[in-house]
Amino acid sequence: MYDIKELFEAVSIRHAAELRVEHPEALILAGGSDILIQMREGKLAGKELISIYMLDELRGVALEEDGTIRIGSLTSFSHITQSPVIQQYINVLGEAVDMIGGPQIRNIGTIGGNTCNGVTSADSASTLFAWDAIIELTGSEGKRLVPIKEFYLKAGVVDIRPSELQTGILIRKESHEGYQGHYIKYAMRNAMDIATSGCSVNVKLSGDKRVIEDVRIAYGVQGPTPLRAVRAESIGRNQEISEALLRRISEAVLEDIRPRDSWRASKALRQHIAVEMAYRGLSEAIKLSCPEFAEQQKGGAI
Amino acid sequence: MAQYKLVKCTINGKETETMIDVRASLTDMLRNDYCLTSVKKGCEVGECGACNVIIDGECFNSCIYLAVWADGKNIRTLESLLGPNGELADIQQAFIDEAAVQCGFCTPGFIMTAVQILESGRRYTREELRKQLSGNLCRCTGYENILNAVEKTMLQRLGQQ
Amino acid sequence: MSVGQSVPRVDALDKVIGRAKYTDDLCEKNAYIAKILHSTIANGIVKSIDVSEAMKIPGVVKVVTCFDVPKYYFPTAGHPWSTDPVHQDVADRLLLTDRIRYYGDEIAAVIAETEIAAKQALEVIKVEYEEYPFILDVQEAMKPEAPQLHEAYPGNILAHSSVRKGNYEEAIKEPGLIKFEDWYETPTVQHCHIENHICYASKEGNRITVVSSTQIPHIIRRIVGQALGIPWGDVRIIKPYIGGGFGNKQDSLYEPLCAYLTTQVGGRTVKLDATREETFVSNRVRHAIRSHIISWVRPDGSFVARKLECFSNQGAYASHGHGIVAKGMNSFPQLYPCDNIECDSYTVFTNRPVAGAMRGYGIPQAMFAVESHTEDIACRLGIDPVEYRRKHVMPVGYVDAFSKNENYYDSFNQCLDKGKKYMDFDRKFKEYQNQTGPVRKGVGCAVFWYNTAVWPISLESSSCRMVLNQDGSIQLQLAETEIGQGADTVFAQMAGEVLGIPYERVHVISTQDTDVAPFGTSAYGSRQTYVAGFSIKQTAMLMKERILKYAYELTRMPAFELDIVEGQIVRKGDGRVMISLSDLATEALYSLEHSEHITSESTYQVKSNAYSFGCCFAEVEVDIPLCKVKLLDIINVHDAGKLINPALAEAQVHGGMSMGIGYAMAEQLLFDPKTGKTLNDNLLDYKLSTFMDHPHLEAQFVENYEPTSAFGTKALGEPPVCPVAPAIRNAVLHATGVAINDIPMTPHVLFERFKEEGLI
Repeated sequence: MYDIKELFEAVSIRHAAELRVEHPEALILAGGSDILIQMREGKLAGKELISIYMLDELRGVALEEDGTIRIGSLTSFSHITQSPVIQQYINVLGEAVDMIGGPQIRNIGTIGGNTCNGVTSADSASTLFAWDAIIELTGSEGKRLVPIKEFYLKAGVVDIRPSELQTGILIRKESHEGYQGHYIKYAMRNAMDIATSGCSVNVKLSGDKRVIEDVRIAYGVQGPTPLRAVRAESIGRNQEISEALLRRISEAVLEDIRPRDSWRASKALRQHIAVEMAYRGLSEAIKLSCPEFAEQQKGGAI
Repeated sequence: MAQYKLVKCTINGKETETMIDVRASLTDMLRNDYCLTSVKKGCEVGECGACNVIIDGECFNSCIYLAVWADGKNIRTLESLLGPNGELADIQQAFIDEAAVQCGFCTPGFIMTAVQILESGRRYTREELRKQLSGNLCRCTGYENILNAVEKTMLQRLGQQ
Repeated sequence: MSVGQSVPRVDALDKVIGRAKYTDDLCEKNAYIAKILHSTIANGIVKSIDVSEAMKIPGVVKVVTCFDVPKYYFPTAGHPWSTDPVHQDVADRLLLTDRIRYYGDEIAAVIAETEIAAKQALEVIKVEYEEYPFILDVQEAMKPEAPQLHEAYPGNILAHSSVRKGNYEEAIKEPGLIKFEDWYETPTVQHCHIENHICYASKEGNRITVVSSTQIPHIIRRIVGQALGIPWGDVRIIKPYIGGGFGNKQDSLYEPLCAYLTTQVGGRTVKLDATREETFVSNRVRHAIRSHIISWVRPDGSFVARKLECFSNQGAYASHGHGIVAKGMNSFPQLYPCDNIECDSYTVFTNRPVAGAMRGYGIPQAMFAVESHTEDIACRLGIDPVEYRRKHVMPVGYVDAFSKNENYYDSFNQCLDKGKKYMDFDRKFKEYQNQTGPVRKGVGCAVFWYNTAVWPISLESSSCRMVLNQDGSIQLQLAETEIGQGADTVFAQMAGEVLGIPYERVHVISTQDTDVAPFGTSAYGSRQTYVAGFSIKQTAMLMKERILKYAYELTRMPAFELDIVEGQIVRKGDGRVMISLSDLATEALYSLEHSEHITSESTYQVKSNAYSFGCCFAEVEVDIPLCKVKLLDIINVHDAGKLINPALAEAQVHGGMSMGIGYAMAEQLLFDPKTGKTLNDNLLDYKLSTFMDHPHLEAQFVENYEPTSAFGTKALGEPPVCPVAPAIRNAVLHATGVAINDIPMTPHVLFERFKEEGLI
């Protein structure tokens, strides 16, 4: 039994928005794998909840006409991983969310919930940062699109207005076309764990695969919210691929990240693994575009 | 004031309906309203998998699933596997034969995860099976014989053993 | 016959179909729910408790506080009672306490109609504390200025014991000796049985019944009686199937409080279902032990003099107390005998969760220290670590003066041979020398020994009852409990073996009800198969004698010429079947001439013990830049004597290995240094191994028949956890050259050590 003060079940997006206005104190309940746990723990005990779990219209992944990938906010992690659209265009997102918890958690957990709770450790978030995802919010005023970097305001707080709910996550064609990505989750166990840190890297190589045209490096748990290693990225852009370049980019992330000491891990460890994850993430992402890179790296040819 | 809702769903092949306190988890409903005590409570926060059930073909930890969400769903618990004359399902027999049962408390959850794996009809490697089974914790077996039981049943169903 | 056969578990069917009933499955749905209010300070006193707001919450029935409960101090350890006051467990607990000794101590309890009402009530109870400074570190707690937890134990020292042999100070004067000295640290870990502790209590007549998830029903009966100050016979404990125990449930947890609460609500049923968080903080944990070892060895590696100091973190209350570290300490001079020994062990109170029994009972801690140290000596002297162990480990024929245990066979070498062969150790040990590069492999090993049962430290006895049914089957009752390990199955096999009937014809009554079950002290100390074996054999022989005596009346053949084979009464001389046991049993019950209910019951007091032996080999891959260890392969080899059921024995070993892997690599309870609060009291933050954290677990055996044992068997329940952590640690040393002396070897620890050693 959960100590729910009152439960409101939304029957449509519009209804959900109305319930939000009528019950400003109420929290939105998607899959519940976060909210219900905090309710049992006492932190959210006695709260009103608006359940949107039954809104099937918020489920599914689609490729829109303009090449935008649209992920309904209630799409479960397992359905994201299984989606042919995800597998074809941004497979790394499917891989990243496949590292969350265990199978049951991936069946109940939703990508909307994973981003709306605003936590830095969310396995989907760093990859969405890397893809420059856009958050779609729907409220009584209509739709609003917010770049994911701006959606996260601070630890645990995201930009959702009183009548709104998150309805979708969009990844534009220009964000994903020609890119390959790799996600590394660093955790203490191989399943059922939250990330000590996560790093999602994607790269776009030149036609001859010699030059990094664009690189995006995003982290979880290297700051109060997921973040991009902007300075490190700028070092890599339009540079010829070399072992030294990868090392230089990786070392540079230390200027971008802002980890802290906590009982879960020290700042020093988080910094150390951030560099190593960037290096390995870059290597793997390049290999996806240029399989020969693996051989070159092994043989010391670069 | 307690708030109730009529929840109609199919449980273990039977259409059911009952008034449910909206604060109830699906674990609460299955154990208390339907006496399906194979659904165990080990952590109540979705970490151990002891309360695992299949809802519309997918596994869920019923402890963090609101009972009201079960409305319109098809729910299966371990109790559904036993045949009308007490016949065991192949996976149940395999758990016995492979000594995959010790204290037995995680067993129902594991078997239901295995059911979803087996129903996919896919052939998994042992490493893939480990990942598919990783949402259930066990302290007695080291998982070794559970893996053997699931793999053996999978191969049997695929006609490969 | 069935002994030695891998027959299916007798409880497997009910467990795979979900029919097996555990405590919560049996409790009536309208039982009152009790919830405990835990302290939010680590040391101090409760000055006042205001429950007025709590009582206003609809559904709250009663709130009982530390100021309401009777002041009968009671012990909680699941040890046999001693009638000698000197050997009795320390009685330092009350049902609820106003003297708080750890963050999470129990100060009040709410009884409510619903769980939500009870939880809401906890939130609004106002507690006024007087806070004292607290202490978490075991050696800090021994300092004179440290806060004192228990008046009767100055310096916070619950107990100190020593071993002295030869003359250490003289011996170390020998010229040319090499000194090895190090400190080793093991963590506080928790049992993590998947079923949390749960019990419910109600009154019948003037007696109290408690149904509980416990390993030790008869001991719980005694403790409930002591805690409530009532005659022990007024208490009835029922133990149904339990979802794991591992030693945590070898302690009185909430049974006394629950029994008391039912008396406060007119005997109505009160259920006390611990949460996972409470299980981590307010049940029992494994003692964290810090060990200091000094060895003086000759250049050939032989031991001349050795010193061991151990500091065991007891936490807030005595529970199993000094027994744990003492057991570990006493293993030291026996594993690698040495002429000059000085050992000291201290059990020290701190403001941490209470440490009690946990699988291995001090030996996993000791083996981590000792076998890490052994490896370091072999490595530095350039001696093959397996050969080093072979040369110096307890020799064949060794007899321990205290327990009278004897090493009858060459078990260590036989186990090491098997382990080495499986691991292809010699080749890998050579191949993995002098690696460079970021990812390196290594192999390591460790040995251990473990006692079976608790004689001669405590009482060892087992009582057994057999009842013959009309169809020739029997009911078997014991106090030894099924807690997942497969006890009921091996009991059926042993009884069937002696009686000459198939094991399926032995119906083990799995539930222990102290009103009905024979008396005994139940599941701990890896004792049950060994100890119950005696009473089963004795009682079965008695049963057989009575059956054959009755057979004489029906066959006119003397009993000594008859035997029971496969459920038939057979004439020994020519093997002719004279009558079936079922016909005999029916006749015996319904005969108009001589009707008799054939039963037997007996107690066997065991005054022996047996060494159980084994080893572990592990292979790891260390990713140095990521500070991560991946376990690639692992094998345990055990000499647990004759195996009654090899498949179940193997399964036991898997589980112990798994627990050892977690101990080595991931599991650890963490405490906030500012408040004393347990930080990771849940299965997300406490890193219990998942399905993806293990490689294949290989379990093999050497079956040397134990001469002291009724069926040639000896300890296996706890041993598998004992050698795992040092084997993995030694493999990491082999891979990287870095000796890790603190477990678990998490990335946090490896990061710091690799930095120190210049690897990263």
